[in-house]
Amino acid sequence: MTPQTLSPLLCTIPLFPLAGAAINGFLGRQSSKKAISAVALAFCGLTFFVAVFIAANFSSASAPYSFSLAHWLRSGSFSVDFEFYLDQLSLVMLLVVTGVGFLIHIYSVGYMWDDDGYYRFMSYLNLFMFFMLTLVLAKNYLVMFIGWEGVGLASYLLIGFWFTKDSAAAAGKKAFIVNRIGDFGFLIALFLMIKHFGSLDFTHVFAAVRSLPAETAGTGTLTAIGLLLMVGAAGKSAQIPLYVWLPDAMEGPTPVSALIHAATMVTAGVYMVARSSAIFERAPMAMMVVAIIGTLTALFAATIGIAQTDIKKVLAYSTVSQLGYMFMACGVGAFSAGIFHLMTHAFFKGLLFLAAGSVIHGVGGEQDMRKMGGLRVYMPWTFLTMSIATFTIAGFPPLAAYFSKDEILWKAYSSPYGSWVYWLIGVITAFLTSFYMFRLWFLTFFGDYRGASAHDGHDPRTGAPAPHGQEHGHGDPHESPWVMLGPLVILAILSFVGGWVGIGGRFEHFLAPVFQSGGTAQLAQEAAGEAGGKWTETFLTLISVGVAFLGLYFAYLLYLKRHDLPAKIAQSLGGLYQAVANKYYIDELYAALFVKPLVDGSTTILWHGVDQGVIDAAVNDSADAARHVSDKSRHMQSGNLRSYAGWIAAGGAVVIAYMVWMGVR
Amino acid sequence: MAGAINLLVQSHPINSALSLIAVMAALAAEYLLLGAEFVAAVQVIVYAGAIMVLFLITIMLLNAGAEERTKGSRIAILLGVPGVLIGGVLVAWTLLGPFSTTQSVAIGALWGDPKSIARLLFHDFLLPFEVTSVLILIAIMGAVVLASRPRVVASSARKDAE
Amino acid sequence: MVPLSYYLLLSGILFVCGVLGFLIKRNIITIFMSIELMLNGVNLSFVAFAAHWHMMGNLRALSGQVFVFFVMVVAAAEAAVGLAIIIAVYRTRETLNVDQVNLLKL
Repeated sequence: MTPQTLSPLLCTIPLFPLAGAAINGFLGRQSSKKAISAVALAFCGLTFFVAVFIAANFSSASAPYSFSLAHWLRSGSFSVDFEFYLDQLSLVMLLVVTGVGFLIHIYSVGYMWDDDGYYRFMSYLNLFMFFMLTLVLAKNYLVMFIGWEGVGLASYLLIGFWFTKDSAAAAGKKAFIVNRIGDFGFLIALFLMIKHFGSLDFTHVFAAVRSLPAETAGTGTLTAIGLLLMVGAAGKSAQIPLYVWLPDAMEGPTPVSALIHAATMVTAGVYMVARSSAIFERAPMAMMVVAIIGTLTALFAATIGIAQTDIKKVLAYSTVSQLGYMFMACGVGAFSAGIFHLMTHAFFKGLLFLAAGSVIHGVGGEQDMRKMGGLRVYMPWTFLTMSIATFTIAGFPPLAAYFSKDEILWKAYSSPYGSWVYWLIGVITAFLTSFYMFRLWFLTFFGDYRGASAHDGHDPRTGAPAPHGQEHGHGDPHESPWVMLGPLVILAILSFVGGWVGIGGRFEHFLAPVFQSGGTAQLAQEAAGEAGGKWTETFLTLISVGVAFLGLYFAYLLYLKRHDLPAKIAQSLGGLYQAVANKYYIDELYAALFVKPLVDGSTTILWHGVDQGVIDAAVNDSADAARHVSDKSRHMQSGNLRSYAGWIAAGGAVVIAYMVWMGVR
Repeated sequence: MAGAINLLVQSHPINSALSLIAVMAALAAEYLLLGAEFVAAVQVIVYAGAIMVLFLITIMLLNAGAEERTKGSRIAILLGVPGVLIGGVLVAWTLLGPFSTTQSVAIGALWGDPKSIARLLFHDFLLPFEVTSVLILIAIMGAVVLASRPRVVASSARKDAE
Repeated sequence: MVPLSYYLLLSGILFVCGVLGFLIKRNIITIFMSIELMLNGVNLSFVAFAAHWHMMGNLRALSGQVFVFFVMVVAAAEAAVGLAIIIAVYRTRETLNVDQVNLLKL
């Protein structure tokens, strides 16, 4: 397929969902649910098929493809256009986004069918696809930024989808605002790029960057750009310190959590860092920061995840942790490993969220794991698919994440930028990941059902009485309809086999042209360091699989065999447990440090001071002044003849004085 | 000037009218000095003779008495008097002060004879002349209408209806 | 040879007196007479200027006196109508005090 015929298709990919969003958005209110579903699915499906078509005809030889849609900015020597770009990296992202997106669209048809705002939901989903695809297919940073902002917007709309609920609206706001803080860093990085390279186009910038020497001193433009880009990525991909919005984002419907906060939007940060690999490779300090942030976040989020009781919150912290892995990979220079994990993560995390949604749907809206249990009897298919996902994320071979996670851990250890510290923390996190995922698995699917039908006063887990008012009259939990189960099955298959593309380094080889020159040098170095390390690699792999089993065993021990142990451990740990369970009080810290002063300052200064004192006062006082002036002037028209004459005489004197003065001058 | 000031000072309108007549007579003499004989004559005949007589008739008709003290407008006095005084002082200063560029005027020669004035009136200023005559006509009609008693109009209407 | 400015000064004084009378007096007829006084003052300045221009040799000097003529005509007309109005007002208001004819106000 020649680039000439392939490239124009590029611009259709984002535009199809946009059309779907527009149609559903404007006409959806009056349309039937079937029509809405048809429109949304059709456009999303179209996009997917076009993506597959492009992939089938993609040839590395003629990559990268690019297509210019329209002119945009022209300012002196600086210009930015609406241009689309496809290389191997974009292709991978494209397939992931469209594929998983399409599956989630199908799932949403079943999940959101009974909701009043159904048309709104499908419209927003399509809108999100449009922005995400713009982000992935962009040829310059500014078009990418359009997509970046747009997915933030779609995230806000979808998190706060049930906007009548205060917590949902607040969560949407929080997500958008925290995202914005990251975007600020992103923008400054863009400005620096414009200043130093005169362009935002990928090819130009990277060519210019590659001609610069590496900034080993840790200071300089590239380091600054890299750090600022990381700030943006931290906001979008929920890394420390801007991760606080992701757990709250679980207020949105579960398909939203699956699509945006597991598979695609949060991975935009990773994509962006990977795309900017040229910049990072020449700014080792920035790369180290990326790796440190990623590693710390992975560990941090995993520790919080083991104490959560809401099924979606566990998955949210798991997402943050897995994203930390991806950033750790990028930070040690293993960009393709990071992307690989991104791909497998999209499969298994998407599956986990959708299955969790199926579980929640099946038990009638309950999300607290303490009230679930034994569901494998009621929901066999959900159980099966979710099990595959759980084993994947824990890193059991030969499932998908084993390959990607192992790749990351190996690179963390062996890369010239890596160190054994990263590896160690990564392994500990893997243990914790396995632990909390199997905890979730056991609590949800094994044991006795502790839900609405169970009316005994005691929850065997923590000894606290089960609160009333959670009844929903739902009866027994049931399996979800096939429109929801279908995507689950497909994702399960992908989670199973998705990692096999990475065997033998095929994935890395495929992506190599994207991460060139720095990449090849690195590969050579790795090859040199790897030769003696072949045994090391196998040994490390065994350790990581081992901790996966360890996590399974401990979860089994604590949550199936001896139910009383977790409560005792929690009590004996006392304050530590409380801190972990309350997310280390980070939200409260932020609220006190940033939110409260800002709100107070805004109230006193901007509201009382400026708005009421200056603006309102100006308007009111000018009206008052007009009233006073006219009140005083009213006396001029007294009806009294002589006063009129008096005024005339006075005016005449003024005129004469003026004329005399002019004459004198 | 004395007459003018007297006009201000007097409280009874008759006295004020009489002092105004004195002013006009003095002005007529001034006009003669300035060589405007026709104007002087017209001043005495029309102004002093007709208009002031009209004033006197009206005063006597309406039985205007001496003025009472009523609460007048303070604004007039507060604003107007200083205003006019300032204006006057300024004009005087302009005329007499260092910037005065006026020249002298001859006294005596009577050059404003009726013949030359008539020539101007009926040649160059014919249109204004005719217009002013129309104006006088309108004024007469207006005065008659305004001053007539309402009863007369109504009775004449009744007379027409019969 | 009397300087022109003296005549103008006298004219100005007459005018000022007229305005003062307008402001001070309460009887409406007296106010009217002050108006006439003002007009007279103006007439004087016209005639003075006419003589001045005649001195200067301006052939149009006589126009000044013709203008005085017109002023007098207008003054006469205005006096007639004004007095008629006063009579009409007197009939309705029974007073010649100008302060009591103040219905045209806010």
